[in-house]
Amino acid sequence: MRLVLGAGGLGLFVAIAVTALFWTPFAVDTITITDRFAALSWTHPLGTDQYGRDIVSMLMAGAVTSLSVAAAAVVIGVGVGAPLGLLAAASGGVFEAVLMRLSDVVFAFPALITAVILTALWGPGAINATVAIGVFNIPVFARLTAAGARKVLALDFVDAARLSGKSSARIAVEHVAPNVAPIVITQAATQFAIAILAEAGLSYVGLGAQPPVVSWGRMLAESQTFMAIAPQLAVWPGIAIALAVMAVTSLGEGLRAGIDPRLQRMGEG
Amino acid sequence: MTALSRLFQLVVTLLAASFLIFFAMQVLPGDPADVLLGQNADPEAVAALRAELGLDRAIPIRFVDWLGGVLTGDLGVSATYDVPVAHLIAERAVVSLPLAALAVGLAIVIALPAGVGAAIARGRPVDRVVVAGALVGLSVPNVWLGLILIFVFAVALGVAPAGGFPGWDQGFGAFGALLMPAVALAAPQAAILTRLVRAAVLEALDEDYVTLARAKGRSRRAAVWRHALPNALPPILTLIGLQFGFLVAGGVIIETVFSLPGLGRLLFQAVAQRDLMVVQGVVLVLVSMVVIVNAAMDGLALLSDPRQRADRPKAARAS
Repeated sequence: MRLVLGAGGLGLFVAIAVTALFWTPFAVDTITITDRFAALSWTHPLGTDQYGRDIVSMLMAGAVTSLSVAAAAVVIGVGVGAPLGLLAAASGGVFEAVLMRLSDVVFAFPALITAVILTALWGPGAINATVAIGVFNIPVFARLTAAGARKVLALDFVDAARLSGKSSARIAVEHVAPNVAPIVITQAATQFAIAILAEAGLSYVGLGAQPPVVSWGRMLAESQTFMAIAPQLAVWPGIAIALAVMAVTSLGEGLRAGIDPRLQRMGEG
Repeated sequence: MTALSRLFQLVVTLLAASFLIFFAMQVLPGDPADVLLGQNADPEAVAALRAELGLDRAIPIRFVDWLGGVLTGDLGVSATYDVPVAHLIAERAVVSLPLAALAVGLAIVIALPAGVGAAIARGRPVDRVVVAGALVGLSVPNVWLGLILIFVFAVALGVAPAGGFPGWDQGFGAFGALLMPAVALAAPQAAILTRLVRAAVLEALDEDYVTLARAKGRSRRAAVWRHALPNALPPILTLIGLQFGFLVAGGVIIETVFSLPGLGRLLFQAVAQRDLMVVQGVVLVLVSMVVIVNAAMDGLALLSDPRQRADRPKAARAS
């Protein structure tokens, strides 16, 4: 049930974002000052903002930013973190100890702090936000994969594979990775949800996507100026963010429920 | 793991984190003197500033020098305000720290009863409401919650200030200014904590000692609060520690929403003005706080759970 709702919800957001790449009801980069703060109508179902831009179109364009930043941040986390975790568990010893300490250090830098550092160095932008959230995800996936891999490596079939003459590298790729994958994918859903929230927060404070790129977080920031005259502007982006996070969280929980119970508690090990 | 080796780990983590910060702020930009004076600066002025800031020395020496300063409370001098960075941080921390403490307190006060109550009422309407409420709570961006609070209580009802901080000499007014930001900051934390408390208590409820307590005649409620909850405490404490990083980051953003003169605003101003010493100092303070709170909560989790203590004799553990 949660799985269906979550997957359906995420699918809907992805479909909206993909559509927005080619088409939005109105252009989001043109200012029509005579239309500003338009009320709800058939032409503008959710009204317009302070520049007369159509809110529905803005939300659609914002979905592109939000989903692509979040997806890229998770890909960075999984792409770097999972192989490192696998390597740490397979090699053990000093390498594992150093890697785990290092992940402690990186974990102490919330995405926002990394984004601040990157912005101080290179100026603000969506790329910085993506990298900052992605870097924060690396230790999350490294630890999870290492913990899972350690448990799998202790199982009998790994010994059997080793006796049949397979190398450590082959065992890691052929036996450990497929067994750890479900738990990594589940965590990816959780981190995706966190990344959507982080992107919104970073955009709100101006460390994310810059104009003219539309983002939900900056829509919230801009709405604050006009709160007394057009409070509705703050409502829609917030609902969009909350629904997207809810869909991805439900998807993650649905996936978690389907995982082999023997592996379920791996992340805590 | 003994307390001593944990302490050693903490120190190593702090050292590595501070080197990372130093490297990012002092080495990566190439030359902080160039950053401070801008692209078109007079080369002689840049050279003079380099000498003044000690940038002509080797990187390891500069790091040790900076770290030595940090340990004695000297975080350098702000380029824009021309006052010690430590003063700026102390001035802003009196807003940020109470805000964080208030948010953690609120989150715990909400999450413990909600999580335990839901676990006791497993599967019943109360449980369903708590679970659904927690999902909503962790999905709502705290920026948005802050904006809604401002709209309802400041714009529509006019019973609270829309932002700003009157200073602690205003007593209750100062506390009032922190209340809405703390609620916005605490909501997602409370939601995440509620889910964990519920799960941990549910798990503990299946344990033999809870059955035994019930068999000895304790009420269900008493069995949960006296037996299940203490045993569910270690993961709860660890999570509070792990969430602290999100709280620090969230606090920085919430300070912007409510225009609070805290560390977050200082950080953003410093970034905008390219005041690297201030950025470096604030980031160091925030990251150190995350590391220390994490370690402290881990330690507390260990102390609160006799089963996890490695240094206890085996016989005592088995009993």
